[in-house]
Amino acid sequence: MSGVDGAPRGGEVIIEARRIGKDYGNVTALADVSTTVRAGEVTCVLGDNGAGKSTFIKVLSGVHRHDHGELVVDGEPVVFDGPRAALERGIATVHQDLAMVPLMPIWRNFFLGSELTRGRGPLRRLDVARMRAITRAELLRMGIDLRDVDQPVGTLSGGERQSVAIARAVHFGARVLILDEPTAALGVKQAGVVLRYIVGARERGLGVVFITHNPHHAHPVGDRFLLLNRGRSLGDFARGEVDRAELVHLMSGGAELDELAHELDRDRS
Amino acid sequence: MGTSTGAAEPLPGARRPTVPRASLRVRLLRRPEVGALAAAVAVFVFFSLVTDTFLTPQGVATWLESAALFGIMAVAVSMLMIGGEFDLSTGVMVGSTGLLTGVLATHAGVNVWVAVVVSLVAALAVGLVNGLLVVRTGLPSFIVTLGTFFVLQGLNLALTKAVTGQVAVQGMTGAAGFWDARWLFGSSMRLGPATFQVSILWWALFTAACTWVLLRTRAGNWIFAAGGEARSARHSGVPVLRTKVGLFALTAFAGWLVGMLSLFRTTTVQASTGVGVEFVYIICAVVGGCLLTGGFGSAIGGALGALIYGMTYQGIVFAGWDNNWLKAFLGVMLLAAVAVNTSVRRRAHTAGAARTARTSPHVAAAGGSPGGAALDPEGEVRR
Ligand SMILES: Nc1ncnc2c1ncn2[C@@H]1O[C@H](COP(=O)(O)OP(=O)(O)O)[C@@H](O)[C@H]1O
Ligand SMILES: [Mg+2]
Repeated sequence: MSGVDGAPRGGEVIIEARRIGKDYGNVTALADVSTTVRAGEVTCVLGDNGAGKSTFIKVLSGVHRHDHGELVVDGEPVVFDGPRAALERGIATVHQDLAMVPLMPIWRNFFLGSELTRGRGPLRRLDVARMRAITRAELLRMGIDLRDVDQPVGTLSGGERQSVAIARAVHFGARVLILDEPTAALGVKQAGVVLRYIVGARERGLGVVFITHNPHHAHPVGDRFLLLNRGRSLGDFARGEVDRAELVHLMSGGAELDELAHELDRDRS
Repeated sequence: MGTSTGAAEPLPGARRPTVPRASLRVRLLRRPEVGALAAAVAVFVFFSLVTDTFLTPQGVATWLESAALFGIMAVAVSMLMIGGEFDLSTGVMVGSTGLLTGVLATHAGVNVWVAVVVSLVAALAVGLVNGLLVVRTGLPSFIVTLGTFFVLQGLNLALTKAVTGQVAVQGMTGAAGFWDARWLFGSSMRLGPATFQVSILWWALFTAACTWVLLRTRAGNWIFAAGGEARSARHSGVPVLRTKVGLFALTAFAGWLVGMLSLFRTTTVQASTGVGVEFVYIICAVVGGCLLTGGFGSAIGGALGALIYGMTYQGIVFAGWDNNWLKAFLGVMLLAAVAVNTSVRRRAHTAGAARTARTSPHVAAAGGSPGGAALDPEGEVRR
């Protein structure tokens, strides 16, 4: 699936996080976290609940400002003053709620908030035909053929819904796609579907930031793995620097368990 | 952000869009107002058979007028309900605007046109207050507009009594400009043996305009989104608060319009006008297929709900029955509508989903996409 192990398969660096830190009041939610997002690569952010994954991507997507460190986009340090600012740099986030309205047709969801219109003045109206056509074409590009783009999003499966959200972000000019736990609520098969779309986005040259707590989902698609634990980085590895077993070990709190075992041993003696 | 990606590479079919549609049956079942349409036909047939007057031209003109006055309001209330909110001050608003116009014209010597415009401004102000209170406080609109309802009801009675010494405003016909304004709001047209009121025309225009807004404008998209899933809508950049405030202004506008139509038709208005009618509007909207929880419904549906109400209201009169039957009928309609709405919606949705499931296997084979993603043949149908 990848090129030579360890060698970056992607293009230029889009985002560089340098020792990013974030405090909520006097709670340190994130400290000293660094990683890189390249075009055409998938950067996985792994960690248990409360590890700081959401906090980290909120910094990347402009929802929160970082308190320490540097966020470098296209080579220049930036401080986003909101999600709009991040979007303008081509950094789009697919939140866990997907920003979808279940009762509305797929095409209306696809263009929600950015509807295409034609005509002017009081005759300005939705360009329904064009929006339906583009929706269908963009979904086809992602490899999903929904014959009927009028069907409500609520009737789609979780994986399909995720793919509509991804296709939408890509269509609206995303260069970096941040996906917050897209596979968390899905069964094995549906998760596989979403992983394929992540690969699809990568192969179209997007940088993908894939948040997950499941190393088995991260390993097959990731080019880079950032591991978080209680707000701190356990490491930022390139593909080839860790194998799946190590990821699982680190993720399951392996180091802590080792330490615990050690302590228990000592107590016994 | 922008549509740059989409524009850079022309998409197949973007010029001459031929996107497949679902079958007519599925599309029909997906419309919120199917149930109301069926019920309207049934009520129509029923009273046509049971009474002699119902189908005569004058009979038709009578129940159409009834339906029109309720219908304008029901359509506005439907829009608001789709946007996820309620307004209980709609009924008294009809009274307030009529009374204000009447008092200004008969007791303050103001030209009728000026009085009409002043009451429009007052109505929109109340609508804005309703809307702003709801979106600012986050309180349920049910409570906020219940407050407005009581305030307006009290003002209507107290001020009318204080100014006129009576509980009604009369003597409109003598006011300057009355007959001009009457042409707009209270005229009628003879068609053969029957006289049709201009309010029927207003109702048709208002329903058409609201349908246009709902289905063919950005604002319409935002209304569905704001009522369906406000958080998602906000994340997508929809101005949810502005949309909701606008909807409260719309129901206030409709209240003003109905207020004017009643005032110029009868030339008098009671201080108690409209009290208790707010629930009829809500019932019409629900019978018309609007979900109480928001995000689903149509303007036409609200109009059909009002048509059912108007036909039944006059049908019972034509039949010479006790008109208390109307209330019982309304209750039954409401319950039936809620049941039908739920089942129709579920059926339309699963019909659509089953379709995708059937067509998906060959997709996997044809998928020359970069991801080469095959669709999961199972797990398509949810709910
Ligand atoms: N808005 C907030 N205010 C205070 N503490 C927060 C806030 N958001 C998250 N936290 C805390 O920061 C830590 C990291 O949370 P989060 O980034 O949501 O983790 P994850 O997404 O990996 O589960 C947790 O201890 C959490 O309680
Ligand atoms: Mg999280």
